[in-house]
Amino acid sequence: MSFEVRVQEADFDVGELSRSLLANSDHIGAMVHFIGTMRSTNEGSDVRAMTLEHYPGMTERCIEEILEQARQRFGLIAATVVHRVGEILPQQQIVFVGVCTSHRHSAFQACDFIMDYLKSQATFWKKELLADGSSRWVDARHSDAEALERWSTP
Amino acid sequence: MASRGQSVKVLFFAKLREQLGSSGLELDIPACTVAELKQALITHSQGAWREALEQDNLICAVNQGVAHDQRQVEPGDEVAFFPPVTGG
Repeated sequence: MSFEVRVQEADFDVGELSRSLLANSDHIGAMVHFIGTMRSTNEGSDVRAMTLEHYPGMTERCIEEILEQARQRFGLIAATVVHRVGEILPQQQIVFVGVCTSHRHSAFQACDFIMDYLKSQATFWKKELLADGSSRWVDARHSDAEALERWSTP
Repeated sequence: MASRGQSVKVLFFAKLREQLGSSGLELDIPACTVAELKQALITHSQGAWREALEQDNLICAVNQGVAHDQRQVEPGDEVAFFPPVTGG
């Protein structure tokens, strides 16, 4: 079983991440990727750029805990999470979650589970620079908290 | 000058960091609760940080794990305050 968690400013190469995930085990029968990307609109405003801040140390610890829960629950064989910080522009990649299991159903579920927990527990914060030159911190969404409730009954 | 081990390391992130105009400080304080630490920070700022630190939805982490108001804080601990997270 192999977990990799990276928080970095640099962009990532999905093909490379995918190949190294698959190289972990010959028991892998399904791999699901989620890639979060930046939209140029949010809450009715045009967004020119985004700055992501995080809590070094705690962020990695949060994500590792989420992966461990997903391993116990969905039988993960391998997983990689890469989350970018710093300045990000529209159409750029923000986050990669790649999970490997024996069969597809658990892989889809594990990826969905990890993203729901990551969005509501991992210590990242987004600040948007709007087209008019002003900036604002993104507020946490109520829908993200609701998404977690789906997982409360196994 | 306080050395680490006798003081609590306090960190602020994101919107809260901007509201306070500080990313953190070392505070000399005996063992106390998170709630008492918050009051000590408000006193330290001569009241200027009261509104921001008493926001309802503020999250606290002690030694990088989420903690409630009555959680004990010891000298040498790292305590962070921040708004709800918005990554992903």
